[in-house]
Amino acid sequence: MSSAALLEVEDLTLHRGGNRILDHVTLSLAPGETLALVGESGAGKSTIATALMGLLGPKDARIEGHARLEGQGELLGMPERRWSKLRGRRLSMIFQDAGSALNPCFTVGRQLVTVLRRNLGLSRTAARARALELFERVGINDAEARLSAYPHQLSGGMQQRVMVAIALACNPDLLFADEPTSALDVTIQAQIIRLILDETRTRGASCIFVLHDLALASQSCDRIVVLYAGQVVESGVTAEILEAPRHPYTAQLKSCVLEIGTRDLDPPEGSVGSYAAMPKGCRFARRCPRALPRCAEERPPLVPAPDGDRALACWNPL
Amino acid sequence: MTDMAPGTAARPEQPVFELLDVEKVFQVRPPGSIFSRRTVGLPALDGVRLKVRRGASVALVGESGSGKSTLLRVLLGLDEPTNGRALYNARPIGEMRRAGPAFARDVAMVYQDARGSIDPRMNVGAAIAEPLRHFGIVPPGEIPGRIAELLDRVGLSPDTALRYVSGLSGGQVRRVAIARALASEPSVLVADEAVSGLDVSTQAQLLNLLRRLQREMGLTLLFITHDLGVASYLCEEIAIMYLGRIVETGPTDAVLAAPAHPYSAALRKAAPEFSAPITEPLPGEIPSPLNLPKGCRFAGRCPRAAADCRDVDPELRSHGAGRMVACLHPLDAP
Ligand SMILES: Nc1ncnc2c1ncn2[C@@H]1O[C@H](COP(=O)(O)OP(=O)(O)O)[C@@H](O)[C@H]1O
Ligand code: SF4
Ligand code: SF4
Ligand SMILES: [Mg+2]
Repeated sequence: MSSAALLEVEDLTLHRGGNRILDHVTLSLAPGETLALVGESGAGKSTIATALMGLLGPKDARIEGHARLEGQGELLGMPERRWSKLRGRRLSMIFQDAGSALNPCFTVGRQLVTVLRRNLGLSRTAARARALELFERVGINDAEARLSAYPHQLSGGMQQRVMVAIALACNPDLLFADEPTSALDVTIQAQIIRLILDETRTRGASCIFVLHDLALASQSCDRIVVLYAGQVVESGVTAEILEAPRHPYTAQLKSCVLEIGTRDLDPPEGSVGSYAAMPKGCRFARRCPRALPRCAEERPPLVPAPDGDRALACWNPL
Repeated sequence: MTDMAPGTAARPEQPVFELLDVEKVFQVRPPGSIFSRRTVGLPALDGVRLKVRRGASVALVGESGSGKSTLLRVLLGLDEPTNGRALYNARPIGEMRRAGPAFARDVAMVYQDARGSIDPRMNVGAAIAEPLRHFGIVPPGEIPGRIAELLDRVGLSPDTALRYVSGLSGGQVRRVAIARALASEPSVLVADEAVSGLDVSTQAQLLNLLRRLQREMGLTLLFITHDLGVASYLCEEIAIMYLGRIVETGPTDAVLAAPAHPYSAALRKAAPEFSAPITEPLPGEIPSPLNLPKGCRFAGRCPRAAADCRDVDPELRSHGAGRMVACLHPLDAP
């Protein structure tokens, strides 16, 4: 891995209820880069983001591996006191459902002002002025009036803009956006994705998107990490990977994407299945059209592909 | 669905559904005045015209608040239009619904929240048996066999009958909901966001199932979706709604290849596409139906809006073969 990385995650492994729900997840991110975590529900995308924000519950204490943040060192195993110093300042997060991420009892302005005062130590007046400025930046029109609105008085799109304003309030180095638009209409989705990309870009911040929409990932992220059942199966430059997927699962995922004018879809049968009954080797083996006898027995390691800038975990790639 | 092109009008075909200038106004309290007794009219639907031919597959597309769900309730006879006429086989839907079980049997519904629409204390078999018994589809002794047949038709194994929805995956629950909808042997299937919120592979499996069922059983399919990809995969015709109106209708391929209404064009551009950069998004949001502008209701967000758009409310008019558009300055064919 390059020494210039902002974040390096190595062999991140997590057990929950006896199941290994993250299995040696490895990825890295350079400053200013956008990265998409893609895969089907339950693949572990949100768990990775939650772990890297230090927001896992106590029952997930058995977390192994490394996650290093530039200038901070090892994140995993830090006491909460240190996490809470990082969150909001260097790391922040936007959730899918802004409506429930915001506190219904306080005005959105007050929630933003609280964050600004706590993390930047601003005075009440300075925080209020900064809040107004941030609301205008994220495209909330009539910003002054909207500061005193309660979350339920705002549309889903406006709530998500408020979340973006709160997440970016302290100029974090790394923003996690977990399905930030999947609850929104398409025209609003385009607005919010553009907003997140523009705002992180102008600040030089990096962004990790959790997305289930490969087409959207291809439009918004420099790099992509494809997950299947808690394992990274393929990662690298988004355009290269989606142009010519080499892991059979990436190829299948891509073939299921519905675009306007798609005539035939040929989805794989079945579903991911239970974590309790995963094969020892490649977790995709039961559904893989290219499986070899060794696949279910031996876990394919994630290794750099000989050609190009990608990593691949497969015994029989395309 | 749309008015027939001249020349084909000779076929005196009876549409299954016909909406003639349907309006649905809800009486609501003005926003911010929780205690006020005064109510104001909220036009959830306004001047909606739609024809659904037997055997057609029609996608109703629009963003939240565009009136799709209200239109659905009117089509199912759950809401009466406050003006205009909503017909099923040329008779008022409300009247048909009250006349007996025939309407409910013929027009089946698959809800968006499939899990919530099935009683969690009932196993799958019992949930499917309910409409079989209610409509007297088969003699009681044949019910188990029919349940197995229906499960098979939607790609589930017969032993699914003994399971509960809580133990099924999202895709399986949607299949159960489809099996139950088909139990009454309907000729019309109405589905509200029946494939949204699923993983792509599960969504693709369900789309293929719905497409096969529609073709094999000759179903009339009315599919409510916000996803143009889904509309284009499943439905030959499309009706695009904005703020209580249908703004464009026609053959799905033709409409999506060259949308005539600026809103359809914006929706088309906003749909994610591989390796195409994200385009300039449509500004603003759908306004509240409580303060509709005087002229075209899309004028506030429309990149083509001209002075007359602020005065004249455009009607749905013919626009090429089988197409209609409600716009004073429609986009030309490319
Ligand atoms: N029962 C009702 N009472 C008052 N307003 C309603 C009712 N049902 C729907 N509306 C309003 O009608 C408009 C259209 O809503 P709806 O049909 O649910 O749209 P969609 O399904 O496209 O999201 C919205 O402004 C909504 O708030
Ligand atoms: S390792 Fe084997 S089973 Fe796994 S994806 Fe590759 S070919 Fe398929
Ligand atoms: S009538 Fe005018 S404002 Fe309305 S959609 Fe057409 S061009 Fe736009
Ligand atoms: Mg709805």
